[in-house]
Amino acid sequence: MSGQPGSLPELRSPSLATTLVRELRGSYAFIERNLFLVKRYWGWEFAFLVYAVAGALSITFIGAELENQRLLLSLMIGAIFWNYLSIVFGFIAETVAWERWEGTLEYTFMAPVRRWVQLLGSTMFAVLYGLVHTAVILVVLTLFFGLDLSHADFGTAAVMMIIGSASFIGIGMMAAVLPLMYVERGAQMTFVLQSLLLLVSGVYYSIEVLPDWMQVISWFSPATYVLDGVRQGLIDGTPITALWHDVWPLVIMAVVLIPLGVWVFGQAERYAKRTGKLKRVG
Amino acid sequence: MALTLEPHQPETASQPSETLVAPVDRVPAPAPHVRRPAPPRGAVPALLIDHVTKRFIVGRKKKSVVAVDDVSIRIERGETYGVLGANGGGKSTLIRLVSTLLTIDSGRVEVFGHDIEREEMAVKRLINRVSVDAAFFKKLSPFENLIYAARLYGLDAGTARRESVAILARLGIAESRLSRPLEQMSRGMQQKVAIARALLTSPTLLLLDEPTTGLDPRSKLEVQTFIEEIRDSHDATIVLTTHDLAEADRLCDRLAILNEGRVVVEGTPEELVARVAREHGQPPTLESVFMTWTGRSLDDDTEEDDDDDD
Repeated sequence: MSGQPGSLPELRSPSLATTLVRELRGSYAFIERNLFLVKRYWGWEFAFLVYAVAGALSITFIGAELENQRLLLSLMIGAIFWNYLSIVFGFIAETVAWERWEGTLEYTFMAPVRRWVQLLGSTMFAVLYGLVHTAVILVVLTLFFGLDLSHADFGTAAVMMIIGSASFIGIGMMAAVLPLMYVERGAQMTFVLQSLLLLVSGVYYSIEVLPDWMQVISWFSPATYVLDGVRQGLIDGTPITALWHDVWPLVIMAVVLIPLGVWVFGQAERYAKRTGKLKRVG
Repeated sequence: MALTLEPHQPETASQPSETLVAPVDRVPAPAPHVRRPAPPRGAVPALLIDHVTKRFIVGRKKKSVVAVDDVSIRIERGETYGVLGANGGGKSTLIRLVSTLLTIDSGRVEVFGHDIEREEMAVKRLINRVSVDAAFFKKLSPFENLIYAARLYGLDAGTARRESVAILARLGIAESRLSRPLEQMSRGMQQKVAIARALLTSPTLLLLDEPTTGLDPRSKLEVQTFIEEIRDSHDATIVLTTHDLAEADRLCDRLAILNEGRVVVEGTPEELVARVAREHGQPPTLESVFMTWTGRSLDDDTEEDDDDDD
């Protein structure tokens, strides 16, 4: 009964199909809302895209200067795919921080939406947004440097991105709770975590150049495996079937980190409700 | 649109009512107040708050502060129940507890028989809340915010759009204004959109946390009239916190005064003013009731509004 307060709604248990439709509609709410926001902030979106393209070009020029085609491709892939992974991570990790800043956190948490439904919506939008960004940058850089990607295995790159996204989503969910638990410093901690992933994942260099202890840390970053797999697929044309050593760590991370991320988020929500940290601050 | 409200002349885009400094004589007079008969006591109350306590740990010294202290309230279906109290008295904490935004330390809360901790999702579908600060994505338009809210509650965009137009027209906001960013609207107008958003989801229990605070006289009256219509026409159960004693008197069937987290007095406005005159020799007004049971004047309280909403 819409728009008519006072009447009790049907309280019988809804069917599975009804429940699923309602949950998916809930997820779509977050996708659509973010699309609305992108449209309203179109000037900033354009600026971010220009910055991402310029950043990728600048880094790739290092390879051009050294007249090393392999290095050029390696840097380009690092720039483009790190941009994608950081977008996916950032959107999910900022789920709470963004709403806290807007002042809508309490409203969203009061709504009859399960947390996994919210996180699914945020995740789907992040992947969609990241793919659009990545496609634009890839096209611009390919045309700019006149790259020959005829031998590239795009299927390998796509599979690595999909599996890698799942791992990043799990980490992003866990990072998202930081602004929930630490009202002021949480967003800063998320930013630091993202920076550390950039440092240890071999985005612009091989992880072999890192000190031994940092190489150990790099094993726990999904970006390490994604970038290695994408590079081998796009530069050497390696099929995904030959990259099991990169695939299995990502699959394990995804299987472990996504349920863990949802669970951690739920625990953090409970903590925030116990301590009153959902309340708007600032 | 299920609401059957009086036709309303929406403001034009060039002449928004809340941007006018309305002369007092242009503010429509409130309708003569007639107290409704008390709703019958049902087997299942709309809201049952049973010995609820909520503490917070605050400051570097980890001091324990009791925000809500052993509060028990029973509200019948169709009742409009006012919660008055000084800032820090526990009003907003109580509303947040019922809104499932806080967990309860002890006691229980039931909404139409549903325990808010064990059946949280069922309770969430029955309630909505309007807070003192209209919480929106300010860059988005009212339509975009309302469609987002509608989808969260399982409605489709078309229904949301149709009903938003009707509800907001009744509150004096023309359709032509609904596509512009909310940040371009005055606070009064934003608060009206917040009320429309709450009504859109058809709450059976509507929690209004100081919904008219900070509104100009015309907007305040429009919102109060609308609440009155909802109350009278649609059997809505409303919990209202307010600092406006005239508003409480006009809208509420019963009142409770919270002081330092405890319910210090409860009753109909008539009962309370009679009691303050009889037992304390004070003038028979709600102002006297407030001062007597909170130990402070309303002016003392409202001066602190800006930095404290409990």
